[in-house]
Amino acid sequence: MKYILMMNTMRAGAGVPAWPRADLQAHIAFMHGVNRDLREAGEWVASEGLSFPDQARLVRAGKNGAPVTDGVFPESKEFLAGFWIVDVDSPERAYAIAARVSAAPGPGGEPLNMPIEVRPIMSAPPQEML
Amino acid sequence: MKGTAGGWDPASERLLRELAPQVLGVIARRFRDFPAAEDAVQEAMLAAFRQWPADGVPENPRAWLIRVASRRMTDMVRNEIARRERETAATPEEEPAIEPLDEIEAEMDPTDTLILLFMCCHPALSVSSAIALTLRAVGGLTTAEIAKAFLVPEATMAQRISRAKQSIRASGIAFRAPTPQERGERLSAVLHVLYLIFNEGYASSMGTELQRLDLAHEAIRLTRAARALLPEDAEVAGLLALMLLTDARRAARTRPGGELIPLDKQDRSMWDRDEIAEGATLLTFALSKGAVGFYQLQAAIAAVHDEAAQAEDTDWPQILALYELLQRAAPSPMVTLNHAIAFAMVHGPASGLDRLRALDSDERLSSHYRLDAVRAHLFEMLGDFETAIHHYRAAAAGTISLPEQNYLMTQAARLEEAREQRKSSHPHPEL
Repeated sequence: MKYILMMNTMRAGAGVPAWPRADLQAHIAFMHGVNRDLREAGEWVASEGLSFPDQARLVRAGKNGAPVTDGVFPESKEFLAGFWIVDVDSPERAYAIAARVSAAPGPGGEPLNMPIEVRPIMSAPPQEML
Repeated sequence: MKGTAGGWDPASERLLRELAPQVLGVIARRFRDFPAAEDAVQEAMLAAFRQWPADGVPENPRAWLIRVASRRMTDMVRNEIARRERETAATPEEEPAIEPLDEIEAEMDPTDTLILLFMCCHPALSVSSAIALTLRAVGGLTTAEIAKAFLVPEATMAQRISRAKQSIRASGIAFRAPTPQERGERLSAVLHVLYLIFNEGYASSMGTELQRLDLAHEAIRLTRAARALLPEDAEVAGLLALMLLTDARRAARTRPGGELIPLDKQDRSMWDRDEIAEGATLLTFALSKGAVGFYQLQAAIAAVHDEAAQAEDTDWPQILALYELLQRAAPSPMVTLNHAIAFAMVHGPASGLDRLRALDSDERLSSHYRLDAVRAHLFEMLGDFETAIHHYRAAAAGTISLPEQNYLMTQAARLEEAREQRKSSHPHPEL
């Protein structure tokens, strides 16, 4: 079963976190560790971090289908900061990975307890349909 | 030395894959190191895939593979000895002698394939790693092929296989057949893994999707191999029958664009008659053995569907009786749900809906989209389109399968149209 784990934490205009160096390094090392462990467990399918929301553009089709771009809006509450796609044996395992990511260390090494949105990825249909 | 030069065809590829577990059996027994032997055989397989299409299939392909895999094992042992010498500066150990090839070949044991199946499907392994290891070690597939079939990166699949072998090593599972006491439990673990491989392949096959490895056919191939080694086992025969009787309907199951077609709307002339005949024969054999298990009952239900020339000819009372047996032999929420459908087909949709009401208190089912899908179907049969539409949409919101979601939404849209038509042709619905 494949799941996407979405880390919706960024706020537009909030800038990069201004943490002490040791805390930043601990955070970065933690995220590397998560990816390494997922790879070693044979569960890793994909993971990406996204640029800061300031670089995001909202695109809509204008006349003749031409793209019309707009900036993102500071009032938008949260943006996707990054995601993982994992292939695991059970939803419980996906939740466990999400909980681990959620507790990534922040300032002072305190767990951030970020909300991680976990959703199944649509898959093949079941055996038979009546 | 060379056989048919350039003779690379599906038959050669099939031969190569069939030889894989036999060669692995010899190497694993000889070197008493299953995880390393499995790697060595995989490398020999990759070498064969590279060389045979260009040079032709060797005269004795099995000996060729054994020789290449043995050489690889000797290299590994040599490297290991060198490493230990460097670390401990101990006196050099004697190199393991490699017996002449004919002696190794004399050790060929047809039951190796079965022993490997028992090992790779050991209950100590997680299901996903057992599936991956079985396909590689017994199926003779490459890591890249397996990764592609499951749509994960090759490195991830390689890691999964390596973890599976670590588990085997850690739990001290030996390269031998299970004891008579273990046998029942271990065989059902093997059948379960084969069943899951089949389901994965059958569910994900979309009409003419030829790019991915055909997991359903791989499962059938492996189950055939198991049956050849356990010809008297009724559940092995039952599982093979179930696979064939299900696979027979595959071509009729989707439209070219991947759209799902339910059983009662399938073009039955597209069903594979040979597979149905073979499955039915196997089923007859399995049922003659007395004890009737999960796979045999499921196969029997598939056979009743396959025997009906048209959906209306389906022998629903017989299917209902089989689901009643299945509820006793292997109860599960899905069996209960299917039982309710069969009940409705025999006693009418209202009775089916009555049955379903009992399931609302079942925690495993009450929030399950399939319950909504079945309700939708039964309300449609009753002519209550409005309620049916509601349940089709609820089911569509709950499924995690895209083709199924499309199907359920389309069902709701179709009923909306029918409802509109009904309104315009009967402006006074109370009449």
